[in-house]
Amino acid sequence: MSAVLASSPTGCIAENPFLREEHIALRDQLRRFIRTEVAPHAGQWEIDGMVPRSILRRMGELGFLGIRYAQRYGGSEMDTIATAVLAEELGRSTFGGFAITVLVHTDMASPHIANAANAAQLDRYMPDIIAGRKIAAVAVTEPDAGSDVAAIRTTARREGDDWVLNGTKMYITNGVHGDVVLVAAKTDVSAKASRGVSIFIVEAGTPGFTIGRALDKQGWRSSDTAELVFEECRIPAINLLGSENRGFYAIMRNFQNERIVLGAQAMGEAQAALALTLDWVRNRKAFGGTLWDKQVIRQRLSMLASRVEAARCLVYQAAWLDAQGRDCIKDVSMVKALCGELVNDVMYDCQQFHGGMGYMRESAIERMVRDARIQAIGGGATEVMLEEVAKRL
Amino acid sequence: MKILVPVKRVVDYNVKVRVKADGTGVETSGVKMSMNPFDEISIEEAVRLKEKGVATEVIAVSMGVAACAETIRTALAMGADRGILVESAVELQPLAVAKLMKALVDKEQPQLVILGKQAIDDDMNATGQMLAALLGWPQGTFASKIEISGDGISVTREIDGGLETLALTLPAIVTSDLRLNEPRYASLPNIMKARKKPIETMKPEDLGVDPTPRLTLVSVAEPPKRQAGKKVGSVAELVSKLRTEAKVI
Repeated sequence: MSAVLASSPTGCIAENPFLREEHIALRDQLRRFIRTEVAPHAGQWEIDGMVPRSILRRMGELGFLGIRYAQRYGGSEMDTIATAVLAEELGRSTFGGFAITVLVHTDMASPHIANAANAAQLDRYMPDIIAGRKIAAVAVTEPDAGSDVAAIRTTARREGDDWVLNGTKMYITNGVHGDVVLVAAKTDVSAKASRGVSIFIVEAGTPGFTIGRALDKQGWRSSDTAELVFEECRIPAINLLGSENRGFYAIMRNFQNERIVLGAQAMGEAQAALALTLDWVRNRKAFGGTLWDKQVIRQRLSMLASRVEAARCLVYQAAWLDAQGRDCIKDVSMVKALCGELVNDVMYDCQQFHGGMGYMRESAIERMVRDARIQAIGGGATEVMLEEVAKRL
Repeated sequence: MKILVPVKRVVDYNVKVRVKADGTGVETSGVKMSMNPFDEISIEEAVRLKEKGVATEVIAVSMGVAACAETIRTALAMGADRGILVESAVELQPLAVAKLMKALVDKEQPQLVILGKQAIDDDMNATGQMLAALLGWPQGTFASKIEISGDGISVTREIDGGLETLALTLPAIVTSDLRLNEPRYASLPNIMKARKKPIETMKPEDLGVDPTPRLTLVSVAEPPKRQAGKKVGSVAELVSKLRTEAKVI
């Protein structure tokens, strides 16, 4: 553990030309927070299946949940690079479930409010979201619609001053314990699929909105994931987020941010796994030396470290393009495809070099292997991402 | 009341320090640098005194290369009001730092200077004491608790065998020990606010101090590697090994 939290063995971080002084200050604070407030306790959160709300509130107090949001709501108005720093450091915590609990709140759910909400909605939700008093989830995926967003079946029909939601959402991170859910639903079933979707703000406890079940996952155990059910769920018309029937585009818009975040998180996980494994192979004795003395091991780790460093540069370049307001769909799709696969390559070898210990539940690498698998699936599966790249080659 | 707090840029405490191949020091290039942990404690204490209304201004001072401005910025993000950077290409030893600090005390007229009891790079544990001597001020070193009342300050210090409490008259020098407080996190909004706080830059000659080193570093070497321990089956075997192998009894 200490190896990860001491960054690389020398404590040296490859110079990153995209980072400014305030990014480094943010990274230092995150590292300290994770070392002292997360690492000693997160094993228990894995068992509990959730991250304590007190931790999220503490992160809110320290400003970690409002990195890019407006100062008037308690945010810090930083840029996409800072978001990448957050995701990378959360990834380095070695607890993917903790990382995704935070990142879904900060970078996958709440951006919909920040991007599309009217003044009254911003005033109502943003201060609590930034302070960590209200945790957000986003519900797009359904049992029969994953990467194909236009295929969703949940509907919302207008009745007087209300909207009435019906349908089921699947694999919703923060779905069990979240306070505010942003739900995508068809508002015009006759229109072309992409032109009939809207997004609604649904608060936990609204009649007709229930948690079908908490889902049991291979990894990300400390993250709560749910199936959500809407049965004649009635919400006031003012809970429509953004323009009616424009929800598909809002979802597409935030995909770029989500994918930068997932890429950065994956590369944080990969760096942590390499640090843990380096520490292990340098100390593990075998055949009259250490594992590090075996050329095949140090060469494999060196190549993985090189690939991770290269992918990390691509993550920050995509974040920089996004921060400049430039089109970055191709770059971001590359990031998601590359990092989602690479983190799994890294975990495979790192577990291999841990030997039998890497198969034990008590080793961090065993958990990290399980946590990494979803990185090639969630937030845009590798195959979908590669098609996005192919269209732009 | 103004409080002056020097903050030193040192190799981060999480880094495994490596000695340079030529034995002239430890490797610092490409290594993560941070504020000396004892100085973080000093800043925290000063900021708490300001929050209690006892202090009116907290000034963070750093000395050395230009990058020490980052260390000052950390102090500003924790709540210090402004910074002073004394830029010097010459290595600054405790006596030079104490002289520079004295010049700054003459200029700024603080009632209290809180220093870390030592820096974790060279563990000199000297600057606070030297500064007290140069100023002719009372000193309370290794403080684990301080309380200010009127023109006095009581300093609880950790000594062998217990706690000792001193009553000093202000202005005074305090050096902080590990248990004085637990430094706060710099929140992100405060990190952003710190960018707008002023840092004044000067050189040792502006303060009339010659910082030339008086001590010569002979060599730096790794400590000998610890040998693996041995398990013994009985007290008799232990005694026998102590006698025949370790030759300590």
